[in-house]
Amino acid sequence: MNVNGVVIDDTFAEAFGMRATRIVVTAASHAWAYHAANAMVGFATSVIACGCEAGIERELAPDATPDGRPGLAVLIFAVSKDELAKQVVNRVGQCVLTAPTSAAFSGLDAEERVDLGRKLRYFGDGFQVSKLIGGRRYWRIPVMDGEFLCEETTGMTRAVGGGNFLVLADGQAQALRACEAAISAMRSVPGVVMPFPGGIVRSGSKIGSKYKALPASTNDGFCPTLVGVTRSALTTRTAAVLEIVIDGLTDADVRAAMRAGIGAACAIGAAGGVQRITAGNYGGKLGKFQFPLHDILG
Amino acid sequence: MSATASQTGAGPAQRVQESMAADGVLTMTLKSPAPAPVDMSPLTPDALAGMRRAKIESLSLCAGTKTVRVGELFDVEGDGTANIVIRRSSPRLVRVGAGMTRGRITVEGEVGMYAGAEMRGGTLVVSGDAGALAGCAMHDGLLHIRGSVGDFAAAALPGARRGMDGGTMIVEGDAGDRLGDRMRRGLLLIGGDAGDYCGARMLAGTIVVHGHVGAGVGAGMQRGTLLLATMPPLLGTFSDCGTHALPFLPVLRKHLIDAGPPSARFTIAERVRRFVGDRAYAGLGEVLVSQ
Repeated sequence: MNVNGVVIDDTFAEAFGMRATRIVVTAASHAWAYHAANAMVGFATSVIACGCEAGIERELAPDATPDGRPGLAVLIFAVSKDELAKQVVNRVGQCVLTAPTSAAFSGLDAEERVDLGRKLRYFGDGFQVSKLIGGRRYWRIPVMDGEFLCEETTGMTRAVGGGNFLVLADGQAQALRACEAAISAMRSVPGVVMPFPGGIVRSGSKIGSKYKALPASTNDGFCPTLVGVTRSALTTRTAAVLEIVIDGLTDADVRAAMRAGIGAACAIGAAGGVQRITAGNYGGKLGKFQFPLHDILG
Repeated sequence: MSATASQTGAGPAQRVQESMAADGVLTMTLKSPAPAPVDMSPLTPDALAGMRRAKIESLSLCAGTKTVRVGELFDVEGDGTANIVIRRSSPRLVRVGAGMTRGRITVEGEVGMYAGAEMRGGTLVVSGDAGALAGCAMHDGLLHIRGSVGDFAAAALPGARRGMDGGTMIVEGDAGDRLGDRMRRGLLLIGGDAGDYCGARMLAGTIVVHGHVGAGVGAGMQRGTLLLATMPPLLGTFSDCGTHALPFLPVLRKHLIDAGPPSARFTIAERVRRFVGDRAYAGLGEVLVSQ
């Protein structure tokens, strides 16, 4: 397949089942909601070492939040319910509770729940107050700027982590420009986050390493400086490869995001230095979900 | 899924409408003034489920020291049981809707004591006044009194240690003394005034009073919130904690607006003066006064 001079490989992205939640962070202004949410999704690029993958899904207008203040929707993905619960409590406790004027609410309606304010309430040292409003329990925790309001639990759902595609280009600048365009398009897709810095990964990894202690190492097959010394997937024409990883609440969300992102990268086309789009997989043996590039663009 | 959509679900009102759509209306019109207080608790949507009109008319009700047939007291029309309408009601009809778990009862007129007592679900609407102990020991559901209620509304059953522990009670008029006495959970909205000892011995829950309250407000309260429109004559055992914009107030306000009328008519202030007590009992309840 060829789109605007860009070769689309006949391959698929392989993704894994994860557990996810959406948390709505509000504050007195969008700026302070962003400070809280941005801290909360920090160091959450990969479950390999961060415990979870997280990102800001979108901004919420005051009329779309439980307390009528500006907010942000944050998605957090983890490999298990226990790990998700641990990450949620730690991140909300250290990054949202601490941020001036902030509040945290469940943004996902689901039967399965993980604790949000249920454990954090003990920070109130006995002065915390429970309020049951409309069937939802909230905790009012006294803090130095007033009260931190936090919903007791947040909904949890089965989700998809690890959707991806790679952009091969003439050079670093061309690859970056194409990926920036892709990320810009993908940010309008609901239910997904691209957890790496700016949504883009330059250090794609493969499973395993020559060093026994490492579970993953550089994806040498896609490193342009190793074309001549390893079993490379590139030619000497390709000078840079960047990857976009997508976590979504459903496989349809991931599919929609991949379609939007690849479409935006292809719109720049061969004239803009984009050569080829491919995807990372493990031969279909490890992941529960497969996203064939030709199907997605078809 | 949007963040706001996640905040909603099939609420009690929607469930009632669905139930009504699947069933008709049972109308019971009081033929003449009841000879004695009549225990109406057997006439709930749950208790009547599956019964035909003839069977309902043959049911016995306690009227004072005697028993009377439903058919002797009421003209019964319709075959539905999920939606019951009681017409020409009087204060001699007691325990209306007591213990109901689902469906809807609409009362045209006044009711006596224990209206909606121990309710566990459904909706009870009374167009007139209700007597003492309305909504006492209520667990869930919606009790809406368009008139006023007597003493001990949403309180505990006599001798019990806990009052209302869930659901929503809305009174458009006034409430008597001891409103929400020993209340444990739930939301209580009073459009008018409340008498003495409002929220006394409260354990938890939320009471909103739009009018004035009498003496002894919150006496002995342990936890819970009294949200008042005007400054009450507070006991000396409540500590002034200053004026604040508490973040749960907008959430409560939004909930009331989303619930529609009559809840939406209850305004919640942006800022409140917070008094904590009853410190005589090491209580951490709060009296919030709109500013």
